[in-house]
Amino acid sequence: MTIDTAPVRADARDGAPEAPATSGRRRTRLALRPGAGRQHHAGPLAYLLLGLAALVSLFPLYWTVVAASTDNTRVSQTPPPFLPGPNLLKNLGIAWQDAAMGKAMINSLIVAGAIALSTVFFATLAGFAFAKLRFRGRNLLLLLVIGTMMVPPQLGVVPLFMMMADLGWGQTLPSVIFPTLVSAVGVFFMRQYLKEALPDELIEAGRLDGAHSLRIFWSIVLPIARPPMAVLFMITFVHAWNDFFWPFIALDMTNPTVPVALTQLSAGYVRDQSVIMAGALLGTLPLLAMFIVFGRQIVGGIMQGAVKG
Amino acid sequence: MATSTPSARTDGQPPPTPDGSTGKGGAGRGATAGQSRRNILHRLDVRAVPYAFIAPFFLIFGAFGLYPLIYTFWISMHRVELSTMDMMEWRGLANFTELIDDERFWNALTNTFTIGVISTVPQLLMALVLAHLLNYRLRGSTFFRVAVLTPYATSIAAAALVFTMLFERDFGMINWGLSFFGIENVDWENQKWPAQFAISAIVIWRWTGYNALLYLAAMQAIPRDLYEAAAIDGASRWQQFRQVTIPGISATIVFTIVLSTIGATQLFGEPLIFGQGPNGISGGADNQYQTLGLLLYEEGWKNYQMGRAATIAWAMFLILVLVFVLQRVAARVKAGRPARAAKVTKKTKSTPSATS
Repeated sequence: MTIDTAPVRADARDGAPEAPATSGRRRTRLALRPGAGRQHHAGPLAYLLLGLAALVSLFPLYWTVVAASTDNTRVSQTPPPFLPGPNLLKNLGIAWQDAAMGKAMINSLIVAGAIALSTVFFATLAGFAFAKLRFRGRNLLLLLVIGTMMVPPQLGVVPLFMMMADLGWGQTLPSVIFPTLVSAVGVFFMRQYLKEALPDELIEAGRLDGAHSLRIFWSIVLPIARPPMAVLFMITFVHAWNDFFWPFIALDMTNPTVPVALTQLSAGYVRDQSVIMAGALLGTLPLLAMFIVFGRQIVGGIMQGAVKG
Repeated sequence: MATSTPSARTDGQPPPTPDGSTGKGGAGRGATAGQSRRNILHRLDVRAVPYAFIAPFFLIFGAFGLYPLIYTFWISMHRVELSTMDMMEWRGLANFTELIDDERFWNALTNTFTIGVISTVPQLLMALVLAHLLNYRLRGSTFFRVAVLTPYATSIAAAALVFTMLFERDFGMINWGLSFFGIENVDWENQKWPAQFAISAIVIWRWTGYNALLYLAAMQAIPRDLYEAAAIDGASRWQQFRQVTIPGISATIVFTIVLSTIGATQLFGEPLIFGQGPNGISGGADNQYQTLGLLLYEEGWKNYQMGRAATIAWAMFLILVLVFVLQRVAARVKAGRPARAAKVTKKTKSTPSATS
């Protein structure tokens, strides 16, 4: 902790307060440097507004827990309940069983895990090549990669559906996994990081030792690239978990991912509102758990490079 | 154009084994033949490996991204039924002309546009305010950042389910809250504007914090002496915000507008779930909130007309292209200088490693 002992005077002409610009600023976190940029201290109004923003952001989640833990009659009373009830585990159990949420959770874990792993691996490979290797057409190819970001993947759903049917992958997990095995944003993100973080001397030293490129990648690049790889993994996982349009088309109710199973819930398959909310809670839990543990790193990663799938 | 490149080894990616030596002994072969062989191998390594490293991305994107997009255009000129997908009957541009005469298409287009505007404009404005607040020196700044980003980690489906309940007509919490202001129960689902507003609320809730963090990152990259100079010139806080902050993050603002536009064009999950069942796909009883994405699905997988669905996909693509062209033109007119491509502005920070 750095504690600013410099008294901050509430100047009428609020110039910059004399916080020492770089006096042992913490630099241990990924892009989280409170106090970078403008150094005005927040007033009470700022705290009030931020508190309100946090409340609005978190309340729907809290209310999901409340609704999932009561029962159908209590949920639909006025005034609505604001405190959790006794039925949380029971409703979670029903959602897990009846609404195929159990199977959906396992499917989603497989899909999101596979997509995140392969995205990270290929993005690191390509990112390293674009950042540090010299080859003909490098800049043009990188431009191509960036250009692909502008193509929304959803637009190809009709032929994709036909392709999957031809391959015999209809309604199977590979049909959801394969189209998103790579991500242009991921490649770009890794390239930006490796450009900065990977000293050329290290690679040269590796070459002088007679290591070939794969060996250099494995022994030098991967250890250095671990932090952004972790961040990219998490962000890709979130996106893959939440992906909706294509899985909804590609999968049916016998073999759903979480979002697909949740549409089923809302479509009158289950009439019990608190069970529906229990399903929604289940569908978000893995991501929330990840957020509670690694939220700071995810925030840092998003601030590092705009990562949006 | 660099075309004379040695073709990349397309035998997939080399297996990532720790000792991925492909028979190239290290040092210790004194023979000259061995030397020259090693030289050739080394040259090959330096020349070809970069292409092998980037090949997986291009191969997979080509197969599952580019090829479907082009093939979509081909399908859109045919009559293809879902049940007999291998039979394609040539129709030329008939699908397109029919689409232009189709009221449902124009309805979906305007809905996509209005929901897009209602959800994007407040979202980005609020994100700007939020980023400005987060840029102060705060106690608990990490908590606030994680808190406002939490909605982004919520599944679209889960968020849509929760909001659907909150917007329920008879016992939803929102109507209960409004009743204190003497507003009688609003029928959020069945009336056009309330429905579109409710759907936009889901989008706004999920993305505002995310965009705020992007703006915050850009704000922190603005050199402090700019603010100091402005303060010395007597600029008020508001003037500093207008004259220093906004221009400093303009590239990021453009970037978020582009991303939000793409997102708005693709809107699908939120209205689908908001409609709770059969009403979802048609976007309400009167299609009052049917988006292009929903119409595409309805044509292809409910009416079994894959050719028409492909036509709608292409229409969406053309709309996006049109929006970007307009945006670039607007930027050029406004700035009076060549528009720059909206690129991810990346700060070059010495990146400290994340503490585990």
